[in-house]
Amino acid sequence: MSEVIKIKRGLDIPLLGSVDSQYGKADLPELFAIKPIDFHGLIPKMERKVGEKVKAGTILFHDKNRPEVKFVSPVSGELVAVNRGERRKILEIVVKSDGANEKKNLGKADLSKTSKEEIVEKMLNSGVWPSVRQRPYDIIANPADTPKAFFISGFDSAPLAPDYDFILTGQEKEFQTGIDVLRKLSDDNVHIGISAESASKVYKETNGVTLHSFAGKHPAGNVGIQIHHVQPICKGDVVWVTQPQDVVTIGKLFADGVYDASRVVALSGSMVEKSAYFKTKLGASIAPLVKNNLKQDNVRYISGNVLTGTRIESDGYLGYYHSQVTVIPEGNYHEFMGWALPGFGKYSVSRTFFSWFCKKKKYDLDSNMHGGKRAFVVSGQYEKVLPMDILPEFLFKAIITEDIDKMEQLGIYEIAEEDVALCEFVCTSKINLQNIVREGLDLMIKEVG
Amino acid sequence: MKALRNYLDKIKPNFEEGGKFEKLHSTFEAFETLLFVPDTTTKGGTHVKDVVDLKRTMAVVVMAVMPALLFGMWNVGYQHFLSVGQEMSFWPTFWYGFLRVFPIVIVSYVTGLGIEFGFAQWRGHEVNEGFLVTGMLIPLIVPVDTPLWMIVVAVAFSVVIGKEVFGGTGMNIWNPALLTRAFLFFAYPSKMSGDTVWISGLSKGEGVVDGFSGATPLGQAITGHIDVSLWDSFIGIIPGSIGETSTVAILIGAAILLYTGIANWKIMVSVFVGGYLMAVVFHAIGASYLMHIEPIMQLCLGGFAFGAVFMATDPVSATRTEKGKWIYGFLIGVFAILIRVFNPAYPEGMMLAILLMNTFAPLIDHFVVQGNIKRRLKRAKMVS
Repeated sequence: MSEVIKIKRGLDIPLLGSVDSQYGKADLPELFAIKPIDFHGLIPKMERKVGEKVKAGTILFHDKNRPEVKFVSPVSGELVAVNRGERRKILEIVVKSDGANEKKNLGKADLSKTSKEEIVEKMLNSGVWPSVRQRPYDIIANPADTPKAFFISGFDSAPLAPDYDFILTGQEKEFQTGIDVLRKLSDDNVHIGISAESASKVYKETNGVTLHSFAGKHPAGNVGIQIHHVQPICKGDVVWVTQPQDVVTIGKLFADGVYDASRVVALSGSMVEKSAYFKTKLGASIAPLVKNNLKQDNVRYISGNVLTGTRIESDGYLGYYHSQVTVIPEGNYHEFMGWALPGFGKYSVSRTFFSWFCKKKKYDLDSNMHGGKRAFVVSGQYEKVLPMDILPEFLFKAIITEDIDKMEQLGIYEIAEEDVALCEFVCTSKINLQNIVREGLDLMIKEVG
Repeated sequence: MKALRNYLDKIKPNFEEGGKFEKLHSTFEAFETLLFVPDTTTKGGTHVKDVVDLKRTMAVVVMAVMPALLFGMWNVGYQHFLSVGQEMSFWPTFWYGFLRVFPIVIVSYVTGLGIEFGFAQWRGHEVNEGFLVTGMLIPLIVPVDTPLWMIVVAVAFSVVIGKEVFGGTGMNIWNPALLTRAFLFFAYPSKMSGDTVWISGLSKGEGVVDGFSGATPLGQAITGHIDVSLWDSFIGIIPGSIGETSTVAILIGAAILLYTGIANWKIMVSVFVGGYLMAVVFHAIGASYLMHIEPIMQLCLGGFAFGAVFMATDPVSATRTEKGKWIYGFLIGVFAILIRVFNPAYPEGMMLAILLMNTFAPLIDHFVVQGNIKRRLKRAKMVS
C-alpha cells in the first residue's frame, strides 16, 4: 500500500459537465427494468409472467446456459412488460413499482458460521450474483470457480465519473460486511485499488483488504488495468471483480436478509442543467432525473460514461453495472469543410487542430463521428492510452483474423472492452475497437471456454 | 453553405442504390465528405470521438510538404535561368518553375485519384485519403524534365500494383510514392539519371552557359569533386529532384509534422542518427571521394532529408511497434549512406534504403512482438 503505482499512459478527456458533490431531489420512477443485454452471453429464461406480482428480491428470470444464475426484481410491484427486439430477443424486463418497496425475506446469515458454498448459494438465489464478474472475458463469474483473487476498483477515472468517496460515506458498515463476504469467497484475498489523489477514507478504514494506490490518468481506475499492475492474469487464472456499490448491496443481504437495490447515481454531462447525485435503485427509469433538467432537446442519453456507456432513451433504464447517467449533445449535423478549418474549439489529442492554444479549456463534445471509417493507418496512437504491457494493434489484428494462439499470447485474457475505450476514442480511422475486443472475448469463450 | 447542403441533399438520391448515377456513388461520397464532415453519429462503442480523422491527418501532411514544393518551384526556375545564363527577379523565376511543376502535380493527382475512385466504387468502399499525400509527394521526388506520360504510367503502376492489389491505403507494403520513383528509375533509366534531367530545358538542349553541367552534387561526387558548399545544399539552391534539394524547407515540414504529432519522431531521429553515424564511419575510412564527404553534407545531399521526413515516416509502410521504429529508422539511415557510397550507379540510396526497409518492416515488428510475447510468458512463470 505504501507505494503508489504510477499509471503513465492514459488520457483524461477534458469534458464539460462534471457532477457536483451534492444530492439532488427527484421522485423515484414508476418503472424499473432489468436489461439482459447488459450481460454478455446471457440468454434469459423467464420465471415470471407478465402481470404477476413481485417483491424486491423475487426472481424474474435466469440464464438459460447457467440456470443457477438468477436475476431478481429491484422493487416490489407488478411485472408489466417483456420488451423484445429483433428476432424476439429480450431487451428489457419491466417492473412497475407499487411504491411500497416490499422486500422478500431472504434470511440473515452469520458469516462466521456460513461456509463458502452456502454463501455462493445465497448470493445466487438472492440475485446479487450477477454483480460479481470475472476476468478473463468480463462476464458474470462462474460460481463453480475458485478465484485467484477478488479485485475492486475503489474509484472511477472515466470522464465525468462519480466520486465513490462521496457515494460510500455513510455506508461504511454495510461495505465492511460485503467485504467480509468477498473474503470468504476468495480465501481472504481481496484487493481494492484506490486513487492516490483522493482521501479514500472508507477504504482505508475497511479491515481485511489489501489496498493498492494508483496515480495517473484514465484508465487508472479500470479494474483490468489495476489487476495488470498488481497480479497479471495468465492463462488459466480467474480473478473476480465487483464494484463498490455492489459490495454494499451484498453486505445488506447478509446483514439484513433482504435484497436492497439502492444505488446512488451521478447525473452528469454538458447538457444537464443541474448535475447532482441521486438516490435511486438499480434499473430505474431515468425519466425523473432528466425531466425539465436539460439545456436543449437534441441530446443523447447514456447510461454509464461517454466511453463505455449504453445509449438509452429519455425514459430508458439505468444499466445493471452503471452508477452514472451522462447527457451530451447529439452530433447529427453536417459541418462545412470541417476537416480543413483551423478548429479552435475542437478537442483532439493530436495537435492537428488549433485548440492546443487553450490548454486548460474543457470541451462540450457531441456524438459526431468526425469522419469515416478507415483501415488501420496511423500507428502508435493506441499505445499512448493503454497502460498495459500489451501491443494493442497486434492484438486487434489477431482478433480480426481469429488467430486464437496469437490472441492468447498477446493478452486477450487481460483485456476487457472498457480498457480499449480510449484507444477507440483517439483512433484516427474511427474503428470500433470495443466491438472487436468483445468479438475476440466471445470467440475465446466459445473455443477455449 | 445552406444552399450547397440543400443542393447536395437534393442530388444525393441519384447516387444511391437504384439511382441514375449509382456507379458514381463513391465519387459522390468522396466529394460530399470533402465539402461537409458527415452527420453520422457514434453507434455502439464510445459516444464521443476525437475530431481528428484521416482527411485532417493527410491535409496536415500536405501542408507540411508545401515549403518544399514552393521552394522546389522557385529552384526549378533558378536552376533553369542559371543554366541559360540569365538573371531573373524572384517572381519570373518562381513563375517559370510553377509552370514546369504544376502540370506534374495535376497529372499525378488525376491519374492516382482516378484509379482510387474506380477501386473504391468497385469495392463499395469510401475513397481513402492516402493518395492526397502520395499525389503531392510524387512531383517532389522526380526530376523536373520527366515526361508527363512517364508519370502517368508510374503512378498507375504504383497505385494498382503497389497499393490497390493489397487492399488500398493501410494495407500496402511499400510507400507508393517511392514505388513510383523506383518504377521510373528502373523502367526509364536513361531519362532518370545523367546530368541533364535535373534542369528544366537542359535535356532538350537549350542553350547552356559555359561550365554549367547540371549534374547533381552526388552526380559530381562520383567524378571526384563537389562544387556546391554545405550552405548551398542546406538552403537547396542545387540541382536535384524538384522538392528534395532544400534541407531547410524540409525541416520546416518536419517541424509541422512533429509538432502536430502526425509523423513519428523516433523514426525521423533514428534515420538521421543512422545516416550520420554511417557517414562518420566512412569519413574516417575515407577510401573514396564519396566516403570523404563531410557527414553533415551527406545528410543535406540527395533525397536523404526528404526521405527521412516524408517517406520513412509513412505509418503504413513503416514498422508499427514503437521499438521497431528505432530499428527501422536507424537501418534506413545506415543503408542510404551505404548504398550511396558503395554503389554510385544508384545515387538515390535513400529511395532504395526506404523501400528495402519497408520490405523488412513486418519482420522487425515480428521480432518485437515475439519479444513482448516472451516477456509476458516469463511474467506468467514468475507469478505462478
